[in-house]
Amino acid sequence: MSNDHILTEALNANFSGLEIIKDNYDCLNITSSEHDVHGLIEFLLKDLGFAYLTDLTGAHYPNSENSEFQVIYHLHNLQKNHRIRVRVHLPKSNPQTRTITDLFLAANWMERETYDFFGITFEGHPNMVRILNMDDMDYFPMRKEYALEDETRTDKSDRYFGR
Amino acid sequence: MSELSKLNKNLDLSSETIDGEIATLNLGPTHPATHGIFQNILKVDGERILSAEQTVGYIHRAFEKLAERRPYNQITPITDRLNYCSSPINNIGWHMTVEKLIGVEMPKRVDYIRVIIMELARIADHLVCNSVIGVDTGALTGFTYMFQQREKIYDLFEEICGARLTTNVGRIGGFDRDFNPEFIQKLRVFLNEFPKKFGEFASLLERNRIFMDRTIGAGPISAKRALEYSFAGPNLRAAGVDYDVRAMNPYCSYQDFDFNIPVGNDGDTYDRFIVRQQEIRESLKIIHQALENLPEGAYHADIPSFYLPPKEEVYRSMEALIYHFKIVMGETPIPKGEVYFSVEGGNGELGYYLVSDGGRTPYRLHFRRPCFIYYQAYPEMIKGALLSDAILTMSSMNVIAGELDA
Repeated sequence: MSNDHILTEALNANFSGLEIIKDNYDCLNITSSEHDVHGLIEFLLKDLGFAYLTDLTGAHYPNSENSEFQVIYHLHNLQKNHRIRVRVHLPKSNPQTRTITDLFLAANWMERETYDFFGITFEGHPNMVRILNMDDMDYFPMRKEYALEDETRTDKSDRYFGR
Repeated sequence: MSELSKLNKNLDLSSETIDGEIATLNLGPTHPATHGIFQNILKVDGERILSAEQTVGYIHRAFEKLAERRPYNQITPITDRLNYCSSPINNIGWHMTVEKLIGVEMPKRVDYIRVIIMELARIADHLVCNSVIGVDTGALTGFTYMFQQREKIYDLFEEICGARLTTNVGRIGGFDRDFNPEFIQKLRVFLNEFPKKFGEFASLLERNRIFMDRTIGAGPISAKRALEYSFAGPNLRAAGVDYDVRAMNPYCSYQDFDFNIPVGNDGDTYDRFIVRQQEIRESLKIIHQALENLPEGAYHADIPSFYLPPKEEVYRSMEALIYHFKIVMGETPIPKGEVYFSVEGGNGELGYYLVSDGGRTPYRLHFRRPCFIYYQAYPEMIKGALLSDAILTMSSMNVIAGELDA
């Protein structure tokens, strides 16, 4: 049985309502609700050996209603060499989820970076402030809310950039 | 109990610590000893560091946002400026991410050319880091000689792509040109001469009593803590974890080569130095093997709708002109999807998380920058250490401002 099968069975036995899909690039995508995601990552870390947090980042999909924001975790089981992607959808009205800094120290700055660029807050984070941008910035620059080209220009529009 | 003595007790400082005032010291943002733009606000008691707080983002250039309006080909120059000590690895990592997204296999020759270029870049990166450790301990001589060797590597890059530092080498689907005979000849000269010069540098520092006394035990981190902090590359291996992307998830035919993964014990400055020294030797081994077994064949994949045709052909042939126009105008059939791809950069796992909506530009591109992630551990590593050890720890971690701030 492959790693993916073992993992899928273990997760389905312990959690309900997870969406587990294998994408075209042979990576297992696990989508969890905001309520479950901390428990899920804790389970992956403590029981299934996903002890290496490869990456944590956000994304903004303004057209998907009530799940405009995503937080994407890439976890790696170094013993089995198994990489997975965990994803949680967050609504625009309350883009907030629990921090995983209690599980991975590395998540500290990655969560701050996600907050800095997307305005997603992580509940329980020890120092939820901006990291790369200046402190008095009053917008979240990576949100898809800004025209790519100067809006006063009539000769250029976003459709030239494939948007 | 005063605040100071409480702190001293926690840190287990020696009894002869001067029971004076705690001073706040601004190390940086521009300080000649930090080799880049880093600010650290230190609380010091005499020369002992009680706590440190980093400020990052001084050269933040919004690469991820820039990438959202640039066609795939035009993102390569952005990646140059991440870890600018080993730009070719960043360039090739990005090309391979896009190739993974569109699902193409490269010819063997492309893989081997890439391996040679990436290993040269790794040697250049490690040379800078290690010779700078020497400088920070007071040994300037090794630095000047090793920088001469780095210049030789840059001459090789110049022969491949015309640029030295920000190389912008290759393109999606392979390379714009093959290795020329001058390059092969220069590379052979380099492979002959470098080990001797490098041996001189190694004998200057590796078993040098003064250097060892200075670096052993400076800025240590345990394997467990290093994993919790998601360390990568030589810093993680120095702590004793044998994680190397080249061996764990071989890309670019790395499985064809015979090389070792050096591992340290204590994760201190000396171990990091030695791991990098050994990696330079392993990289040389890989280059030798790749050069001897360099396969014949094309230097790019046969994917006309993604691979920018050579300019001479664009002027001469209709097909090349059509594809050139389509690629530049963003009419390429990029599939929808999301991929994560990582290569072993100079500092460890350099990852690209790419989301494509089928448009001309990436929908979302995130760089997993190893520096940004492991620099978090810096205050913990220098707590209770001397100020001069803190400088040494930073240079041995090889924190590169461009990669840190993206």
